[in-house]
Amino acid sequence: MTSRKLFHCIVALLILAGIGLGWLRHSRMGIPFLPGTHRPVWLAEARIDFIAQGEPVTVSLDLPDNPPGFSIFSEQAASPGYGFSILDNKGLRRGEWSIRYASGPQTLYYKLQVIPIPRGKTDEGGPPAEIEPIYWNAPEALAAGQLLEKAYAMSSSPESMTRELIKLLNKPEPGQNAALLLGETPLAPLLAKLLNYARIPTRIVLGLRLEDGRRNQQLSPLIEIHDGRHWRQFDPLTGVEGVPDDFLLWHQDGQSLLEVRGASHSTIRFAMMRQSIAATQLPYAVGDRSPLAFLGPQSLPVEEQNMLRMLLILPLGALVVVFMRIMVGVRSSGTFMPILIALSFLQTTLLPGLPSFVAIVALGLLLRGYLSRLNLLLVARIATIVIIVIFIILFSSLLGYQLGFNTGMTVAFFPIIIIAWTIERMSILWEDEGSREVLVQGGGSLLVAVLAYLLMRWPLMVHLSFHFPEINLITVALILMMGNYTGYKLSELRRFRALFPRLGP
Amino acid sequence: MRWLVGLKQLQELGILGMNCRNIDFIGRYNRRSLYQLVDDKLRTKELAKRHGIPMPRLLFTLKEQHRVKHIGNLLESMSEFVIKPCKGSGGKGILVIGGREGEFFVKSSGAKLTLQDIQRHMSNILAGLHSLAGTPDTVMIEERIELDGRFEGYSYQGIPDLRVIVFQGYPVMAMLRLATRDSDGKANLHQGAVGVGLDLATGQCLNAVQRTLPLQRHPDTGKAFTDIEVPNWRELLVLTSRCYEMTGLGYLGTDIILDRQRGPLLLELNARPGLSIQVACGFGLLPRLRRVESLRKKHACAEDRVAYALSVLGAMNGKHATEMAP
Ligand SMILES: Nc1ncnc2c1ncn2[C@@H]1O[C@H](COP(=O)(O)OP(=O)(O)O)[C@@H](O)[C@H]1O
Ligand SMILES: [Mg+2]
Repeated sequence: MTSRKLFHCIVALLILAGIGLGWLRHSRMGIPFLPGTHRPVWLAEARIDFIAQGEPVTVSLDLPDNPPGFSIFSEQAASPGYGFSILDNKGLRRGEWSIRYASGPQTLYYKLQVIPIPRGKTDEGGPPAEIEPIYWNAPEALAAGQLLEKAYAMSSSPESMTRELIKLLNKPEPGQNAALLLGETPLAPLLAKLLNYARIPTRIVLGLRLEDGRRNQQLSPLIEIHDGRHWRQFDPLTGVEGVPDDFLLWHQDGQSLLEVRGASHSTIRFAMMRQSIAATQLPYAVGDRSPLAFLGPQSLPVEEQNMLRMLLILPLGALVVVFMRIMVGVRSSGTFMPILIALSFLQTTLLPGLPSFVAIVALGLLLRGYLSRLNLLLVARIATIVIIVIFIILFSSLLGYQLGFNTGMTVAFFPIIIIAWTIERMSILWEDEGSREVLVQGGGSLLVAVLAYLLMRWPLMVHLSFHFPEINLITVALILMMGNYTGYKLSELRRFRALFPRLGP
Repeated sequence: MRWLVGLKQLQELGILGMNCRNIDFIGRYNRRSLYQLVDDKLRTKELAKRHGIPMPRLLFTLKEQHRVKHIGNLLESMSEFVIKPCKGSGGKGILVIGGREGEFFVKSSGAKLTLQDIQRHMSNILAGLHSLAGTPDTVMIEERIELDGRFEGYSYQGIPDLRVIVFQGYPVMAMLRLATRDSDGKANLHQGAVGVGLDLATGQCLNAVQRTLPLQRHPDTGKAFTDIEVPNWRELLVLTSRCYEMTGLGYLGTDIILDRQRGPLLLELNARPGLSIQVACGFGLLPRLRRVESLRKKHACAEDRVAYALSVLGAMNGKHATEMAP
């Protein structure tokens, strides 16, 4: 009894481990359970143009650092003749191009690929620095004071005050005060200035609104205010709070976005494009180094991956064989021969595969009939059959080629020795037990092979078995469980049908 | 859904299924290391000799390919013999020669074979064609047992053999297997022999089936099965029961052949006996097996076990069987 219990524990453990690891892999590494899932990748390109004046040029561009809601997948700079390096100054990254001599119009590119990820808490930047004193000229100071008073009256907190202020400044016909102020300063800096003036710590961040296929874009601003505990973001045009999902934060803090030394007329423009990447590639592309990724087959070179793909799908074939034999009771010739046939079907696909397999075996059986008259020893006979099979395959390949089917070649994938043995066994079976048994067992083998093939080719199964190798623990558990099944096989219904009271005599 | 009902019915009939047989009986009561005693007919013969269990006489054996060439001399003077692969099963590779016609060897079916045919058959056996795992095998030549007169007309061109399932030394179910034209002088059920279920208590016919279909008369001779009665029933059962001590196998299929003079002889033993015996008898094995399993104290000697089988197990026939199932 205790060994029974142990067995059940092991089975349960295997299943739990399979599901658990699979789930971990899914949730931690983001490998989807369904095949063919693609994740969007944004390609953003910054283009810097300037006119060099024949002296050393240094261009320094602020680069995104861990933009919230995105993960940087790759970045690169294209700039012929320029040295490029990324300087990391306490988490503030800047890209720096330099060249000893340049003159005339110059163009530099910086390309960045980012993947949207779930947005964490965007509470970076720490507490605000001291607010610097704000200076207005007299009419401005009056207008600002009146505007702030109005907004203050209609609000109850820093954030509602911000919203009101944004509303006032964005009215279709702004009041005299607003119009005056907007005449002097652009909207976002004005908002920051006003709010800072009202002693609400405020700063501007710049980011890229990701929109597929846009070119010649500029970074758009977002207002960040500190409400005493957190930084909160507002759209300066609409007053909507929060960072929009498509907002790629590029530039924060006081330093300038672009600095060009030794040149003039510098401009920066952005272009972006939406691309997609198979979701299964992501964790490895991003460079996940967790133990789970380490145990994933995708970390291997592609060639090994393909071999592993084959190996990892095999247990499913075994599962089918076990199921068909234990639960259904299909008789096949050779226990695991059907898997080998199924594997070769994977190479040839079912349509040329199945008929040509049957044809080769049938032809072989025919020739084997003559062989049995020759009074050969068994080993010699099988060896002869092997060679006959090779000739049949050669012939059908050539014939197929000449007739213009390139499918003719695919039969070469059949395991020749397996076919030879199949022919030999079938022919013995024929002699011993008649053609009926040959049909039953041959048909059984093919049925199991085709089912195994269908399962092993099912994209979902291919995907799961490869990307979640632990799923094979579940397969093992199922096989173990079936190995303990003492109930009836489906085929026994037929076998014992004479015993049924109603059906029997 | 219909098959679900069917599975339920099988259970009610106490039918032993393949999976249950393999796990609960063969797996539990037959030690692997003992298989070789019965999988190799030569070893069975040696073992039986030591235990004083009668078997058909072994004429000679053949182990080497090169001796096949000279086999003609040995067979020259022989007209009746049986060729078997030592590790064969299910009647495969068995050649029953019933007489000579000049050069030719005549099978019991009447088909004629040349010496060459025989030699090829032997070399196939040696190469392992009929053996369980395809491993090289030995040919054994055995005396041919002649039909007991009381079975005249029941078996077509071959000797009937008796299959008794012996569980932990208790005979639990028996059937008579009769050769037919289909089965080619051999009495193996799946080759088309008729299975006649026997009443364990008396050795009388219960009913008969061929390839799972019930029948009343022999398909070739037309003789009705109803008045079959196996002679020396108790003695025969004791013989089968003793095979338990001989091999140590708990779940055993014993094949008995009835010789005209010597009476019951052990033909061979089987560590994985088939399930068709249940179809021949018309009820399942499970209730009887469970009954024996539930015996607190097993009988130590074969005679007592047979007595128990005759009185208690033999009474668990048909419908009755399910009622008494634990
Ligand atoms: N010595 C023999 N004389 C006559 N018939 C035999 C003899 N041995 C075997 N046979 C026939 O061959 C059949 C199968 O023989 P058996 O020894 O049980 O081999 P298997 O293990 O292949 O079943 C028997 O049922 C019987 O009909
Ligand atoms: Mg037998």
